[in-house]
Amino acid sequence: MALPDKRGHFGPFGGRYVPETLMPALFELEDAYRHFKRDKDFKKELDFYLKTYVGRPTPLYPARKLAQKLGGHLKIYLKREDLTHTGAHKINNTLGQVLLAKKMGKKRIIAETGAGQHGVATATAAALLGLECTVYMGAKDTVRQEMNVFRMELLGAKVVPVYSGTQTLKDAINEAIRDWVTNVETTYYVIGSVVGPHPYPMMVRDFQSVIGKETRRQILAAEGRLPDVILACVGGGSNAMGFFFPFVNDQMVKMIGVEAAGAGLDSDKHSATLTVGEPGILHGMLTYLLQDKVGQIKGAHSIAPGLDYPGVGPEHAFFKETGRAEYVAVEDEEALSAFRLLSETEGIIPALESAHAIAYLVKIAPQLPEGSIVVINLSGRGDKDVAAVCQYLKRKPHA
Amino acid sequence: MLRGASGVEKAIVKAQERGEAALIPFIEGADPDLKVTEELLWALEEAGADVIELGFPFSDPLADGPTIQEAAQRALKNKPSLPQFLEMIQKIRSEGFKTPVVIMGYLNPFFRFGLANFALKAQEAGLDGAIIPDLPLEEAKPWLKEARKRKLAAILLAAPTTPPERLAKIAEACTGFLYYVSVTGITGAREKLPEDLALKLDLARELSPVPVAVGFGISTPQQVANLAPFTDAIVVGSAIVKIIARYQEEPATLVKEVSRFVRELKAATRR
Repeated sequence: MALPDKRGHFGPFGGRYVPETLMPALFELEDAYRHFKRDKDFKKELDFYLKTYVGRPTPLYPARKLAQKLGGHLKIYLKREDLTHTGAHKINNTLGQVLLAKKMGKKRIIAETGAGQHGVATATAAALLGLECTVYMGAKDTVRQEMNVFRMELLGAKVVPVYSGTQTLKDAINEAIRDWVTNVETTYYVIGSVVGPHPYPMMVRDFQSVIGKETRRQILAAEGRLPDVILACVGGGSNAMGFFFPFVNDQMVKMIGVEAAGAGLDSDKHSATLTVGEPGILHGMLTYLLQDKVGQIKGAHSIAPGLDYPGVGPEHAFFKETGRAEYVAVEDEEALSAFRLLSETEGIIPALESAHAIAYLVKIAPQLPEGSIVVINLSGRGDKDVAAVCQYLKRKPHA
Repeated sequence: MLRGASGVEKAIVKAQERGEAALIPFIEGADPDLKVTEELLWALEEAGADVIELGFPFSDPLADGPTIQEAAQRALKNKPSLPQFLEMIQKIRSEGFKTPVVIMGYLNPFFRFGLANFALKAQEAGLDGAIIPDLPLEEAKPWLKEARKRKLAAILLAAPTTPPERLAKIAEACTGFLYYVSVTGITGAREKLPEDLALKLDLARELSPVPVAVGFGISTPQQVANLAPFTDAIVVGSAIVKIIARYQEEPATLVKEVSRFVRELKAATRR
């Protein structure tokens, strides 16, 4: 059973809920993707960049001191996506898509960004491959993440602040879609996660699957068997999907996606879409959403800017429904503790997003049997978060 | 009185018989509040609207330009719900309101309410159909089924990017009318419409078994007059919503100004 089906559905989820103007562009994109996916030259070129430019394969690091700290009964590995060029997994996807755009003959790239990571990764790929790039970013985010705005501009991208709605990521996506509807003939829209209309969730999953494929090979080499548990944080869910997907048919591998519970699940300030959201339609897909009782979309919150999204990839929604993966949520404070824990024990400052996955391992470690092998996808590095964490701790002297 | 898909289609056909294109004004419901919306509906009927497109506000209107986005933001402050809208329609129907009304809204609120439930309640209230801009043909089956069951107009959209064979399929699935999007882009007033629009409309009308309405970007009586010979119906939205935005604090003037403008538009539909 290869999913999605022809119309981009994962069970009841996914699909193509977009204005008619975009439908022909989605068909064109799907055809182009299916073609180049099998094209030798395309694959060779992408592999070349992944190896020489991104720094792949990334190491699978045995975190022995962390394992010691958590009771000494587990074997814990970290998949080091934080060591890639630009410092997070986002580049795996943007290189793939921008290369595809170039092959399709598109001259102009647009993207949305929340905190700026996907925007930076897109601007990077566009600079490398010589395409014009415009990035939409919520006006509030451009203030909160001023350095990333500057980074994108350094890379030659134009950053457009979005003042509509909540002025955050979801509104940046709306505005990018509006641009795409208007300039669809010349423009390629690089979506940053396993979200949006078909074929994006499938395509982004495939480009990110390099994470899970490497991990599978590396853990087999290191341990001679597959892991018992794999963990990743979930916002839109691209690092988790890329990490999980190559293990999907290995039923003995337990997959856990960790969402952001923010200030608490009962607080209305969280991003725990799968944990407490309900199915609905946003940004071209049917999936779990944070929404009110009449179907208006709610704002999301997390201390980790990359998790701050009221939707989630439709394939994750499907994994939740079928039980293939388990989805849980940890709060800001727990993620912060994990952020410090990994910094102190291993000398690795994780992205606040990735710290959510570590935080959940801290919680469940005592219940895991002796000798369990656990792999965490360390999706990004925490340098980008240091200033925000510093501010947060100053405001909360007790933390 | 014919309601639902047949009522919508008949209203458009009747305009043709009078030698006019049908006029379909759009207003965002609950902007500035539902009370004013009710007054506006009466004013639109009196000003000669053939069909009315009533917007249900959504938090993320990704096919809309700034004018309608802002209207949605204003309307959302009133925490509108579909039951409130249906109640209002039911009320004015009981008071003798005749013009067909179709609701325009993004899919999620309808999905949340339940498509079957919505279709049933819409029919009971005297709402005649729906336009759902983020529901393309490939995903429309569940809605088309419910709409057919309740005889509602299920209005689908075609765009300049839609190839002819696809347009024919979309038109085949439509009831009430086919909504032809004039420009590759989002809603909002435009100074110039595409030069080949008349040709594209000709083709759309040839392929479509139901009447064709053109919308997006049409904002002046002059534009309406230019298009009237080439289309069955014309939708004007943002230009009306702009007037509503301007007179937020003076509801009486607001209704009067909208009414005056819609009369001008209607006069321009004569071929």
